[in-house]
Amino acid sequence: MLSNKDKIFTNLYGEESFELKMAYVRGDWDNTKALMQKGSSWIIDEIKNSQLRGRGGAGFPTGLKWSFMPKDSEKSNYLVVNADESEPGTCKDRDMIRNDPHKLIEGCLLASFAIGAHKCYIYIRGEYFNESVVLEKAVAEAYAAGLIGKNACESGWDLDIYIHRGAGAYICGEETALLESLEGKKGQPRLKPPFPANKGLYGSPTTVNNVETIAVVPTILRRGANWFSSFGREKNTGTKVFCISGHVNNPCNVEEEMSIPLKELIDKHAGGVIGGWDNLKAIIPGGSSVPMIPKSVCDDVLMDFDSLVAAKSGLGTAAVIVMDQSTDLVKAIARIARFYKHESCGQCTPCREGTGWMWRILEKIAIGNSSSAEIDKLLDVTKQIEGHTICALGDAAAWPIQGLFRHFRDEIEENLKKGNYVA
Amino acid sequence: MKKIKVDNKEIEVDDHLTIMQACEEAGKEIPRFCYHDKLSIAGNCRMCLVEVEGAPKPVASCAMPINEGMSIRTNTEKVKKAREGVMEFLLINHPLDCPVCDQGGECDLQDQTIAYGAGHSRFNENKRSVKEKHMGPLIKTYMTRCIHCTRCIRFAEEVAGVNEIGAVNRGENMEISTYLEKTIDSELSANVIDLCPVGALTSKPYQFEARPWELKKTETIDVMDAVGSNIRVDTYGWKVKRVLPRLNEDINEEWISDKTRYACDGLLTQRLDEPYIRIENKLTTSSWSHALTKVTDLLNEYKADEIAFLTGDLCDLETLYLFKKLADQLKINNIECRQEGCNIPFTNQTQYSFNTKIANIEKSDCLIIVGSNVRQEAPIINARIRKHKITSNLPIAVVGENLDLTYDFTHLGDDLNVLSSILDGSHEFSKKLEAANNPMIIIGNSILNRDDSISIFSIIEQLIHKFKFFHESWNGFNVLQIAAARTGALNLGLFKQGNSLEKIYQSIEQNKIKLIISLGADELEFPRINKAKVIYIGTHGDRGANTADIILPSAAYTEKDGLYVNTEGRLQHAYKATFPPGNAKEDWKIINELSNMLSFDWGIIDLPNLRERLKSEHAELFEFDNNKINKYERLLANKAPTADFKNSNIEYLIKDFYLTNAIARNSKTMAECSLARNEAKD
Repeated sequence: MLSNKDKIFTNLYGEESFELKMAYVRGDWDNTKALMQKGSSWIIDEIKNSQLRGRGGAGFPTGLKWSFMPKDSEKSNYLVVNADESEPGTCKDRDMIRNDPHKLIEGCLLASFAIGAHKCYIYIRGEYFNESVVLEKAVAEAYAAGLIGKNACESGWDLDIYIHRGAGAYICGEETALLESLEGKKGQPRLKPPFPANKGLYGSPTTVNNVETIAVVPTILRRGANWFSSFGREKNTGTKVFCISGHVNNPCNVEEEMSIPLKELIDKHAGGVIGGWDNLKAIIPGGSSVPMIPKSVCDDVLMDFDSLVAAKSGLGTAAVIVMDQSTDLVKAIARIARFYKHESCGQCTPCREGTGWMWRILEKIAIGNSSSAEIDKLLDVTKQIEGHTICALGDAAAWPIQGLFRHFRDEIEENLKKGNYVA
Repeated sequence: MKKIKVDNKEIEVDDHLTIMQACEEAGKEIPRFCYHDKLSIAGNCRMCLVEVEGAPKPVASCAMPINEGMSIRTNTEKVKKAREGVMEFLLINHPLDCPVCDQGGECDLQDQTIAYGAGHSRFNENKRSVKEKHMGPLIKTYMTRCIHCTRCIRFAEEVAGVNEIGAVNRGENMEISTYLEKTIDSELSANVIDLCPVGALTSKPYQFEARPWELKKTETIDVMDAVGSNIRVDTYGWKVKRVLPRLNEDINEEWISDKTRYACDGLLTQRLDEPYIRIENKLTTSSWSHALTKVTDLLNEYKADEIAFLTGDLCDLETLYLFKKLADQLKINNIECRQEGCNIPFTNQTQYSFNTKIANIEKSDCLIIVGSNVRQEAPIINARIRKHKITSNLPIAVVGENLDLTYDFTHLGDDLNVLSSILDGSHEFSKKLEAANNPMIIIGNSILNRDDSISIFSIIEQLIHKFKFFHESWNGFNVLQIAAARTGALNLGLFKQGNSLEKIYQSIEQNKIKLIISLGADELEFPRINKAKVIYIGTHGDRGANTADIILPSAAYTEKDGLYVNTEGRLQHAYKATFPPGNAKEDWKIINELSNMLSFDWGIIDLPNLRERLKSEHAELFEFDNNKINKYERLLANKAPTADFKNSNIEYLIKDFYLTNAIARNSKTMAECSLARNEAKD
């Protein structure tokens, strides 16, 4: 269990004020200039050595991503922080922004400096109104204290931070759709290549990072890459904020060591599954878009990228959704399918047409009006979507359904036969 | 060059190709819906998926650039499965109403369903239905059929330059719409009908008219403007059912204007199909021999200087040649093809041609437009300018009204005096001209018929000499003609120096000219020719015929083989798609018969014979070379006195884009378009 001294987000629960004076007390903005004086390549190397992987879901090594940014491009580089946290079950960025925004802002400065950006955009989810107010206040404080703006922290580096509020579309959390939205267009993912590091915001080299990825950067640089990589396992290092929700006694956000066993995470921090561990049915370990895992897997799976991939799921945003025996899994997944049908941007064919089809079949199964053949068809449709779309929303819509039938198909067919599902 | 493998076959291809283009070079056809050569890449239909060795997922070949050593597979089971999957998705919400769909027979979705469609549907849910959208009198929508390829959106944004089509809502509720459900304000709007791969956007005037396999297709040339767009005329029996664009990279690429496409229904109405003679102020039908005898009598009755020969905007070159020959034979000096008048003494082709050539617009690095509403006078050329503007940020300046040309330009004002300040370097824009290596100037016809046009030409000539408007590899001087017959007629010399039209008008008013032979001249100031007798040779009971005393019915552009010279000086063949109505005859035959009756025996028996004659006398017309730079010749023999252009407001010649000639004025569709545009303005 992660000891308090090793926690990065010391004000995750808002016990103290978010304001700058308390942020100083928590150690933020402590001689940032010195960190910057070590140079941008030092920062990138340090992040590489820390083995930090992106916290937004895909888990791409952050240091590597930064190193893709061209050093001497004619156009200006941009840092875009993805605060469009919309993955169902996920609420970590929200707490970070609301209670510890200066970690993020300081991270923005260091990351922008590392990738050579003088402009940083924070794209915050539209529904996070109060959080955007807090963030704006914090940014204003940082400007007033000379921490950002011209000659930020007296480092000689200029950085402007702009906050842009989204308008409530899940797809705008996809990095290229986010850039489109930021440019004032309809939020639809772009084709890749070119990747944002070559042609991103306004056609300029751009790095898009999750809030948590950026917010942990100052602490990593202060305490050292080795400190950070001492947590977790090789290639799955560091601390991570987990969001635990669903059928647990004490749903919460908690910062823990990477690779903590799932059972330990739930028992220690969330007060255990309602009705005890044996009452557990399945867990979606990384936000709504990853496949669920049944109790048998939950018993000993570790919460990190590689271990969950081995269990045919994923860490995603580390949003742990716990479902106990009382859950109608088909209904639960049908609800998720409806979410993806609603949030599909409509740009490319498989996702636009397929998400609605999948949802409708699931709803039919949920009321018992279905058959084994139809389940085959449904799985075939998920296969037709998976990997054939422009962005990952297609995959995200297909995987939960595949996960459901991978582990519970026999049970569902049994229920269909017995007529256990009724409208 | 890069080496790649397509289905294990090694080929070498250009560096900048996409996988789809490379596969095509390797002879592999890749199915697609959203991809179009002339539009940006959307990559959204996902039909063109191929496998690339090393890539975990199938790749959209339209959007992926090739890499050295790439190995592409287009025929694997995985690729087939992926395409079949996409096809199924496209079809689940498609109404499958092919029997009542106008796209049937030329539908991409139909064609590709044969290759990738399943024999049965697995979709047991309700299909989506989408409300129709109003897109004006040309485009009929049936949005339930839409497969969301976004070609129409990209066309409107990129080529037409009007951001009036877009997608609203998201996911399966996404709809293509014009937001406010109004007519698309573009002269090129109907091209979206061709672009639409399914029957979502179809042609309103053509709805339920015919099936594509019933139509006879004739590849020919358009005469609605001086661009000479390449078109295909589809006929059913005698009737022209529709006009479609043909690809010609040098002229119209793949687009045609709405007038080119839709004025064709004017070919069916108000047609002159019998000779008419005015008896007691009433036009009565007559026989050809009677009418022609009457005409010869009149020609014999008046002296040569009492007769004027006027030609219109849609004449073919052969007829113009014969007409001129007849005039020469009769020693008639009053011959004029410039119906709006012109003050410039034309002595060489440079003075009235689009010398740069349309495709070379894309090589220009600075453009100044003087007195031309390019958008209305030649929408195709305007689209080309726009294409160049958005890809290269070409500096453009406009002297004249502050028009909406669909691209940004520096408006230099309506005052022609600005040309003098550009010339003396005091104007901001002269710096841009100074920096340019291939500058272009486009002069509208509205400049040529002004009283001070010689002075304007003189200043322009000085401009041209000061900046690099012409050099070994460039000729940047352009006059944009608006009539299909004009450049050819000028080449053949159907004009008289000085503002001869004005002089002809005055002579008629003074009773010095008593007889006019009008070869389809429909744009004259008709009240001014009232006093003269008029013999009208033309196709429509339009303005020209109304005042005529004898009418000889002739063939429209779709009803005869003919040659046309476009504004660039490019000679193109038009082919006969259908027959002239009733007793109407092909124009050259009318003139030929007339000359025979006047006992001028030129020995012309058929069209090839006539063309040979034409070629032997005007060989230069047949020598057009797209790649050759037109040599620059002096615009004016003598430097004209500089004038102060007081009252210099430029008056554009085209008042209503949709109603510029007799065919268009008799088209119901064009009338509807005109009405819709005027309503939108009000």
